[in-house]
Amino acid sequence: MNPMQRKKDRIDKLAEQAAGASADVPDAGKVADTGGVSLIASAWRRLRRNPVFLVGLAVTVLFVLIAIFAPLLAPHNGQTGYLLNQVTPNDPVPGGQDGFPLGADGQTGRDLLSRLILGSRQTLIVGVCATLAGLAGGVVLGTLAGAFGGWVDTVVMRLVDVMLSLPSLLLAISVATLFGRPSQWTLIVAISVVQVPIFARLLRGSMLAQRASDHVLAARALGVKRGPITFRHMLPNSLGPVLVQATLVLATSIIDAAALSFLGLGNPDDSSPEWGQMLGKAQDYFDVAPRLAFWPAACIVVVAFGFTLMGESLREALDPKTRR
Amino acid sequence: MSAAAYEPEVRAGDSLLSVRDLVVEFGGKGRPTFRAVDGVSFDVGPGQTIGLVGESGCGKSVTSLAIMGLLPARGNKVAGSATFDGTDLLTLDQREMSDRRGRDIAMIFQDPLSSLNPVVPIGVQVAEVMQRHQGLKKAQAMQESRLLLDRVGIPDPARRLKEYPHQLSGGMRQRALIAMALACKPRLLIADEPTTALDVTIQAQILEVLRELVVDSGTALIMITHDLGVVAGLCDEVNVMYAGRIVESASRHEIFARPEHPYTHGLLGSIPRLDGTRAGALHAIPGSVADNIPWTGGCAFAPRCTNATAICREQSPALEADPTGIPDHLLRCHHPILPGTDSTHE
Amino acid sequence: MLRYILRRLLQAVLVMFVLSLLLFAWLRSLPGGPVDAMLGERATPENRAAMRKTLGLDDPLPVQYLRFLDNAVHGNFGTSTGVQSGTDAFSLFWQRLPATVELSVFAIIIALVTAIPLGYFAAKRHGGLLDTGSVVLSLIGVAVPVFFLGFVLKYFFSIEWNLLPPTGRQSADLNATRVTNFYVLDGLLTREYDASWDAIKHLILPAIALATIPFAIIFRITRASVLDVLGEDYVRTAEAKGLSRRVIRGRHVLRNAMLPVVTTIGLQVGGLLTGAVLTETVFAFPGLGDALATAFTTRDYPVLQVLILMAALGYVIVNLLVDLAYAVIDPRVRTR
Repeated sequence: MNPMQRKKDRIDKLAEQAAGASADVPDAGKVADTGGVSLIASAWRRLRRNPVFLVGLAVTVLFVLIAIFAPLLAPHNGQTGYLLNQVTPNDPVPGGQDGFPLGADGQTGRDLLSRLILGSRQTLIVGVCATLAGLAGGVVLGTLAGAFGGWVDTVVMRLVDVMLSLPSLLLAISVATLFGRPSQWTLIVAISVVQVPIFARLLRGSMLAQRASDHVLAARALGVKRGPITFRHMLPNSLGPVLVQATLVLATSIIDAAALSFLGLGNPDDSSPEWGQMLGKAQDYFDVAPRLAFWPAACIVVVAFGFTLMGESLREALDPKTRR
Repeated sequence: MSAAAYEPEVRAGDSLLSVRDLVVEFGGKGRPTFRAVDGVSFDVGPGQTIGLVGESGCGKSVTSLAIMGLLPARGNKVAGSATFDGTDLLTLDQREMSDRRGRDIAMIFQDPLSSLNPVVPIGVQVAEVMQRHQGLKKAQAMQESRLLLDRVGIPDPARRLKEYPHQLSGGMRQRALIAMALACKPRLLIADEPTTALDVTIQAQILEVLRELVVDSGTALIMITHDLGVVAGLCDEVNVMYAGRIVESASRHEIFARPEHPYTHGLLGSIPRLDGTRAGALHAIPGSVADNIPWTGGCAFAPRCTNATAICREQSPALEADPTGIPDHLLRCHHPILPGTDSTHE
Repeated sequence: MLRYILRRLLQAVLVMFVLSLLLFAWLRSLPGGPVDAMLGERATPENRAAMRKTLGLDDPLPVQYLRFLDNAVHGNFGTSTGVQSGTDAFSLFWQRLPATVELSVFAIIIALVTAIPLGYFAAKRHGGLLDTGSVVLSLIGVAVPVFFLGFVLKYFFSIEWNLLPPTGRQSADLNATRVTNFYVLDGLLTREYDASWDAIKHLILPAIALATIPFAIIFRITRASVLDVLGEDYVRTAEAKGLSRRVIRGRHVLRNAMLPVVTTIGLQVGGLLTGAVLTETVFAFPGLGDALATAFTTRDYPVLQVLILMAALGYVIVNLLVDLAYAVIDPRVRTR
């Protein structure tokens, strides 16, 4: 066993676990709907009493709610330089005061709290879009490899392995370089490219396990064609581990987005604030007002931690090995 | 709820290990306690081999691990006594116990592959016991290891010393484990299903190694097995266990000639016989150990027993002398199968 | 053993081949194409035309690919346009390499000496306070962005308490003698111990920041692996032999539990480079990561190209070495 192999194996093992989880369901034809329900129901029963999951869920739900209702929750708009008149060369960042508990966001004199609240929206959008794009790419490649097998499988998986062998940030930077001018989309594409091989490998492993399972064999014995087998039987049952992984990937997406913004690969236009971008800009004021870096970073840490807790406990709950 | 009806006479100088009323309970916070071993008593003397027989899950392995002090500290309660050469092993702390393990008492485990460390050469695994207990230097200990491997019948021991477990055959691995157990010439050896994972021909060889050991060096041997064939070939006395208690205890000859407990009877009935007095199907014992009920308020074997009556479900039988008066044959049953009665009530 | 090595070598070559194809495709798809990659965006049209000709961009793709390979093998990537204008990109790489290697080695040492004992004891007292605490710590370790931790460390240790230097590799006023460009090593070689000590002080904060993620991952693998091994029959055998705690821990538990950890360390090297980019930026530490970040913001394509290729190559080589190390420590691989 070698390291690269191990990284792959870890992904494959995840796939197998979840494949085993849905293979418990005896009825071949109806696996797609009843299987999903009973599996989710049993996982939910376990999760309901798991404090780790509940904390993660609470943080996540809170974050999503704030993002949705951001314009209503923010005390001020994010653009106006309310505190501009207090900016002096000696103290370029006005501090907290009545109506502006966290003070200004820098020399522009905008309200830091409002921008943090509004920023949750962009952060969520970047994280979700990047994860969805990565998921979509991974599902396409994984389905190709898993459904066709043979040389398609070999070629796709070789490519995926090479992508896995590149340090993630390097891959993201290489992709970002291909865009002439950085924007929010640069960020989303760069991050999603890093996730594609992970999802692809996971889905393929899980589909291979499905291919050998009884209900697929049964369907094939009944003369169902390859297309319907792939899309109606194999794919739905293989998606479980991939979706769980997506929860974890959301956490890394948000952190990666912050990292890339910090390096200057993100959206330079700050009219729609985003936490990573705010953190990046805060570098300029780090000596005078470290709180400008602290607040967005703290938000990122809490949200990423929430997604991680939720993802880890979901994975544990769906793992047949720990289900007893 | 005591099993103290059985008090074997103390034969001075005869008994090396004397186990009395051993109780092992598993359990932890929030979980009901489970009695895995319930008032087990037996003796074993030098040069003697006794068998602990029963299906898996009946508490025989737990008994041996409790004697060795190898049960995980958390969530377990061990009571009773296990007097070895005048010292109650159950009162020793981990340090004192580890001084005795491997030196005075050694153990052979069931699965030789998983019981050997995969990344350490066989020779080192044998030698480390002698380095620990006899203070030998490494080179000396390796030299001794070679002799030991030779003694347990491993061919080309000098080469095998340097090999790893995965390079050895199943039989050789078990021989290596035996060599480790014998390294410090222990006075008591506990063998926990030593042949279960092996081919039949290899099984016979391994048993022969153990038999020679007992005869030649006067080691006391506790043989834990579910295989009555092993018992027939090796044991002087047999204790049949069911659900954590001894249900029948007698000499080998007695057990095979006159099994009186329905469970023992069932165990014997499920062995194919060539002499075929009972022409027809083998008699499987219905159900499994998992069906048992606690010994409190009834016989644990009652749900599976063909002789069970109302009293079996109401009153827990005690371990008592055989009703026909044969010495040293003990029995825990309300309705033993006595000679002359038919076992199966067909 | 030999077959194992050969197979791994072949795999590494295959990965490098696919990588070179990807890099070639990347280079061709850069905005402005390879000409900009060599000359930068500000080149004049005449220079561009000349460069197109010298680069042979009108040749068929396979020919261009072979030429690209030839250049890569000879370290011919062009001249830096942004990081250090005018310097050869390949020599820039060698110039920056020691700093990052030094930083990574420190970080991995910090991660190992903290994560392995902690993982071992957490597993030993499974479910206890230490276990729960360190698991939570490792989850936080993964969730905290490296650069944020860097900032926090810098803020407290350098700015508030003034204990450690906030930026750079060595104080400029030291005038230390350079031998290998590994500053700590240089100080030892030239007996300028104060220079070594100064370099170490500069390394502490970035190395801690860089060590968090490897720490979290190595901790989790160690803990899981020790938990597995503690339940193995051979540990019970070792206990049944009455061996001392030290021998059981070292020879029977850790020697087995370390096998998956060794492979994880190999994987962490890729992660280290990711972390190094962020850490070096925070601490203005003049290594490869800093060069990479600058090369990106200044669109210094020749340098980017070298860094990407060398990072991938380094990753493949390190993992190959780890595989070979694995074969040495695991007899089941070695003697097959």
